[in-house]
Amino acid sequence: MSQLTLDHASASVEFNKNEPRVDWHDETLWFVRTKRDRAVAQIPEWEQLREAASQIKNHVLSNMHDLLVQFEENAKQNGITVHWAADGAEHNAIIHGLIQKAGATRMVKSKSMLTEECHLNDYLTQHGIEVIDSDLGERIVQMRKEPPSHIVLPAIHLTKADVGETFHEHLGTEKGATDPQYLTEAARQHLRETFLTRKVALTGVNFAIAETGGFVVCTNEGNADMGAHLADVHIAAMGFEKIIPRAEHLGVYLRLLARSATGQPITTFSSHFHRPRPGQEMHIVIVDNGRSRQLGRPDFRNSLKCIRCAACMNTCPVYRRSGGHSYHSAVAGPIGSILAPNLDMKQNADLPFASTLCGSCSNVCPVKIDIHDQLYKWRQVLMQEGYGPTAKTVSMKAMATVLESPRLYRMAGKIGRGVLRFAPVTVENRFNPWYNQREMPEPPAESFRDWYVNHKKS
Amino acid sequence: MTTRERILNSIQANQPSLLPLPEQFTFTSSFPDLTKQFSDSLAFVGGMAVVVPDHKTIEAHLKEHYPGMTSVASTCPELAHLADRGLDVADPHELASLNLTIIEGPLAVAENAAIWVDERQLPHRVVPMITQYLAIIIRQSTIVPNMHDAYKKLKVNETGFGTFISGPSKTADIEQSLVIGAHGARSLIVYVLP
Repeated sequence: MSQLTLDHASASVEFNKNEPRVDWHDETLWFVRTKRDRAVAQIPEWEQLREAASQIKNHVLSNMHDLLVQFEENAKQNGITVHWAADGAEHNAIIHGLIQKAGATRMVKSKSMLTEECHLNDYLTQHGIEVIDSDLGERIVQMRKEPPSHIVLPAIHLTKADVGETFHEHLGTEKGATDPQYLTEAARQHLRETFLTRKVALTGVNFAIAETGGFVVCTNEGNADMGAHLADVHIAAMGFEKIIPRAEHLGVYLRLLARSATGQPITTFSSHFHRPRPGQEMHIVIVDNGRSRQLGRPDFRNSLKCIRCAACMNTCPVYRRSGGHSYHSAVAGPIGSILAPNLDMKQNADLPFASTLCGSCSNVCPVKIDIHDQLYKWRQVLMQEGYGPTAKTVSMKAMATVLESPRLYRMAGKIGRGVLRFAPVTVENRFNPWYNQREMPEPPAESFRDWYVNHKKS
Repeated sequence: MTTRERILNSIQANQPSLLPLPEQFTFTSSFPDLTKQFSDSLAFVGGMAVVVPDHKTIEAHLKEHYPGMTSVASTCPELAHLADRGLDVADPHELASLNLTIIEGPLAVAENAAIWVDERQLPHRVVPMITQYLAIIIRQSTIVPNMHDAYKKLKVNETGFGTFISGPSKTADIEQSLVIGAHGARSLIVYVLP
């Protein structure tokens, strides 16, 4: 899959070239955000629910070791095979091994952002395994050889005309067709055939229950169920933070998840898997991939509470106007920007700067992650570790020098006022990022200090 | 050291000191009429609830709603005569040609119209997804207000698989336009018996 290598700011400039499309993207996501607000208003105890969800996760983070051991023991007793993967490479190798063992060369997969994080599709394709994503949005972007741009709405950046074009090319639908009903029907036929012919199915995990050794997968389409119930081998890929202590805690999370994500009261299917069906194999791959490191960072460990609802993306003024792909990370938006630097600080150093720090993300987060505070804290860590953008590092140093010396400060002010008045072109040009979306200020005749000194005399 | 030990050791070394589980994590919802709340929620998610006095009325409604439908299966003994095929196949792939399936749901939630079904109601796990149209029969007395109440009544691991179904299969992946009938059932009718 093609991955953008641009940093967030440059990629956003690309995205912003098509202004009507940016407006449309912004409005579409805001529409989802308002649906969330309407759903939330129906629940008088919403704030207490968030608090409960957050506190259950606090306990989970502090008791992770024992909960995982408990989960593993119970899952094994249920007849589920448990695997552990330290990183993406090990995760991919385990899954490849299971497909080989089943004698299969094709797999059907429902949504799993973890497999995106581990680049599983690329890996399997390179090893001669065909993977078909069965979530409609994911299938659309897969045909276009793009990564998903949003964790809940993978194809939210595409119009129905784009989808029509893609389906015409790959599924033979009529050229120029844009009716969502017609296009979805074409995908339904194509994917039903896929479900009926695959021996191996992979799903993600929304929640894993320590007490019972089972796991829950939520979808609206029923694609995870169609894949898993028809396959001989069901593989579930799970980041270890998906664990919850008891089944009854699902009452809290299932009330929060879909309302926060799309404004629905609950997903159409919330499927609880505890044992393989007779004759079937069930595997679960528990993945670390940097999560235990994040657990050890007090400032950032709360990011592991995330239940992947994407409410923070839908509300984020930066995400809505820069598009998911500009984040060049499996999980985009505000939550992705605090998760990604943990995976690779250098590669993702730009992401915590892709925010206005308005705090809207933290306000809508159903598990009360302090997202905007973590974005702010990451900026400081990244600058200290030397991963700040060069221009910013240099100009910060220059600014520090100027601010340290009153004489230099006064001189710089004088020069600045002079330049703005007599040679505005030196700052009013496209090389000055500050000027790109702004008018430069009218320079005052004198500095405040000069004015103060003069007035004090009289 | 195995990967398992390495991960678990790293978690143990990095996890903060133990914080207790919250004492309050269940909440009470009060609806003046649970059946009405259930029906309204179901309509909101694209399904249809029909309050009926008996199985005869269900039969009449089904015949009117799906005239001439063939490849019909039922797990409900009272409606067994409507079925022209059984669900006792060895391989679930054989269910691909199912048109209409009638099953029974032991527990429903008013707040979100979710109906619990598990392997006691499902001869095959894939039945409610693979069938083109789905009808579920519930009893009014089994409707609980919210999810907390549901989990208090449920033993989720009593069978190997159970699912909450709320409405027909749907997607809004193409420009946020809601389309009913993605991979699973294209419609869901819920019959509410006294």
